[in-house]
Amino acid sequence: MNAPEPFAGEQVHSPVRHHILSVLVENKSGVLARIAGLFARRGFNIYSLAVAPSESHARFSRVTIVVDAESAPLEQIVGQLDKLVNVVAISDIAPREAVERELLLATIKTDVANRTPLLDTLGNAGAAIVDVDPGAVTVMLAGTPSACDDLERALEAFAEVELHRTGRVALPRLGRNTQATVEH
Amino acid sequence: MELTGAQALIKSLEQQGVDTIFGLPGGAILPVYDPLLDSSIRHILVRHEQGAGHMAEGYAMATGRAGVAMVTSGPGATNIVTPITNAHMDSTPLVVITGQVATSSIGLDAFQECDITGITMGVTKHNFLVQSAHELPRAVAAAFHLATTGRPGPVLIDVPKDVAQSTMEWWYPSGVDEYDLPGYRPTVELDEAAVARCVALIEQSERPVLYVGGGTLKSHASAELLAFAERTRIPVVTTLMARGAFPDSHEQHLGMPGMHGVYAAVMAIQRSDLLITLGARFDDRVTGKIASFAPDAQVIHVDIDRAEFGKIRRPDVALQTDIATALRSFDAAGAHPKNLDGWWREIRTWQANYPLVYDEPEVDGPLRPQHVIESIARTAPAGTIVASGVGQHQMWTAQHWPFEEPNTWVNSGGAGTMGFGVPAAIGAKAGRPDRTVWCIDGDGCFQMTAQELVTARSEGIPIKVAILNNAYLGMVRQWQEMFYDERYSEVYLSPDLPDYVKWAEAMGCVGLRATNVKEMNDVIDEANKINDVPVVIDFRTDSTEKVFPMVPAGVSNDDIMVHPSQRGGAR
Ligand SMILES: Cc1ncc(C[n+]2csc(CCOP(=O)(O)OP(=O)(O)O)c2C)c(N)n1
Ligand SMILES: [Mg+2]
Repeated sequence: MNAPEPFAGEQVHSPVRHHILSVLVENKSGVLARIAGLFARRGFNIYSLAVAPSESHARFSRVTIVVDAESAPLEQIVGQLDKLVNVVAISDIAPREAVERELLLATIKTDVANRTPLLDTLGNAGAAIVDVDPGAVTVMLAGTPSACDDLERALEAFAEVELHRTGRVALPRLGRNTQATVEH
Repeated sequence: MELTGAQALIKSLEQQGVDTIFGLPGGAILPVYDPLLDSSIRHILVRHEQGAGHMAEGYAMATGRAGVAMVTSGPGATNIVTPITNAHMDSTPLVVITGQVATSSIGLDAFQECDITGITMGVTKHNFLVQSAHELPRAVAAAFHLATTGRPGPVLIDVPKDVAQSTMEWWYPSGVDEYDLPGYRPTVELDEAAVARCVALIEQSERPVLYVGGGTLKSHASAELLAFAERTRIPVVTTLMARGAFPDSHEQHLGMPGMHGVYAAVMAIQRSDLLITLGARFDDRVTGKIASFAPDAQVIHVDIDRAEFGKIRRPDVALQTDIATALRSFDAAGAHPKNLDGWWREIRTWQANYPLVYDEPEVDGPLRPQHVIESIARTAPAGTIVASGVGQHQMWTAQHWPFEEPNTWVNSGGAGTMGFGVPAAIGAKAGRPDRTVWCIDGDGCFQMTAQELVTARSEGIPIKVAILNNAYLGMVRQWQEMFYDERYSEVYLSPDLPDYVKWAEAMGCVGLRATNVKEMNDVIDEANKINDVPVVIDFRTDSTEKVFPMVPAGVSNDDIMVHPSQRGGAR
């Protein structure tokens, strides 16, 4: 039986489609361009990408790439990525075996008199207010990607929202083996 | 010892054993050209940087060592992007050194600045922008290591002018550990379990084919291939990139598969129950329509690059290693297929019914291109290296030249770069001066890079060039004839303009012409006697001649079109 078509505009977050690659790279100029260029020319889709220095700050950075494993077989993506000379190690973490977190920041236009519904929404989501002025509030949520999805949907009820998400970072759950780890 | 960056660069190349550099100077690379005067390295001054790149490729393909090219920044660097791309597609080891504007000017649109590391990111195995003179020896050592190990490929080193001019205390990395390549591990441990699964598949097989690709040449595995093939009696096909990996004269060799492959080679793959894939990558020019490629075959895929596994065709067993190691491990396990008599009978029937054929030339001409190629080959000494451009003449050469040895076929496969032939032949001859080097070229291709014959003449590199002058961009003409209702659009070149004989003479070469069979034999004899200067022969060939067999693009290999004289009978 065919799966029903998703509604136009609906975001599908199927855990099967997305795979998390935690990629240790040399901290050299142009590394991000090499990764982005590889994905672009091979037609691999990046769902989200986050970069930051790793535990050994000076030499290596960690790039967390959430890939669309239906745009290409995962082993193709890993194999091609591994050929980049500046890529030192790749861990492929299946979503159910990952601890994932993401940061969401949003500024919502609302005057002081009408903030109760917003405060309810934030309370339910566990989000915090990090900046305020008479016409707007900026809120923050650090949580699982799905918690961020929930808050994002809840905030659709408000008129003017400027929203920014970091893309997720992930590490393997303790006590499990990651799959297809390419460690050098 | 204090050296300038430029001196350190040249000294590093000497350390790597470089004997020849192909290049052309300019502002940003000027400092490096000065210490070159004091070096034992031979520099070959090209007339266009594209020539330098293809010469370095020809050198690499003929010698098995990395080819080296050096050019200036900006347009010098962009002129060599085509050869870099070509080397990337064909996994040819190349080290390309480009000058760059001074570090303080980078990003400011300085004169002749261009972001060559950015431009070549997708067509190099790796590239470096060197930030200090101290780093130069490491960059050179790492570049050669990267270019020549694992799956070979082009590596570019971009050297800013101030880096070449500043000084450093000479040092040289003592080994791989000092190359600063923490992410590069070209060798993997042999997967014995995968070897065992390969052996099991071979032992079950009744219709196996050794599908031999260019990786077999790169891993110098011809001797192992011969031993394995002879022990198992498995039929062999060699792709365009692997011609010479297995002797054409060998009775187990079916020839080249693919779009213009030999019928028996194409059919053997199609009917095979096991493809033993050795350093080949299921290129669309080999597979035809992929969905109907070798439909009944299980696939063993041996490659040093694991990203090739499953890229096009899902293997039943993937074995990541070099080809020589794989074949030795199969032999050590005594892998042997079932009785192949029935399989060979089927193959012999295909060979008997559909050999490579062409119509005999008329006595008064025009010449048949295949006949010209066979006539040159017949008088060429053993071990002759043959280069070609891209087009019909290339396919006819791949089909009709009798390849017997590795590294005797220099051609542009993956990129299909017109104009590759002449400079690549020059590079091959520079690397192997002991060998006769022929370039079988098209009239279209010749016009793209012919000026490098000036380089050849002035550097004393006596190659022989056979232009198969069909007055057309013949391969494109063939497609227009067959698939566009004979509507010829922008493919006519004229046989007489330019006058190839005069052009050759103007470049200091001997120019000859042949319009009929007698003249053909005479000029080939004459060319064979000339060993001091380059020779160019204008062979007037039939414009309407087409390459057969042919599997049209995107069509199943099962629907291969044989030569018109072979049609009508049962296939
Ligand atoms: C640089 C480049 N431009 C265009 C093409 C497309 N192309 C492929 S073969 C061919 C014709 C080559 O003509 P010629 O050298 O005379 O060889 P022939 O096919 O006639 O033997 C062309 C235009 C190409 N492969 N490379
Ligand atoms: Mg032509």
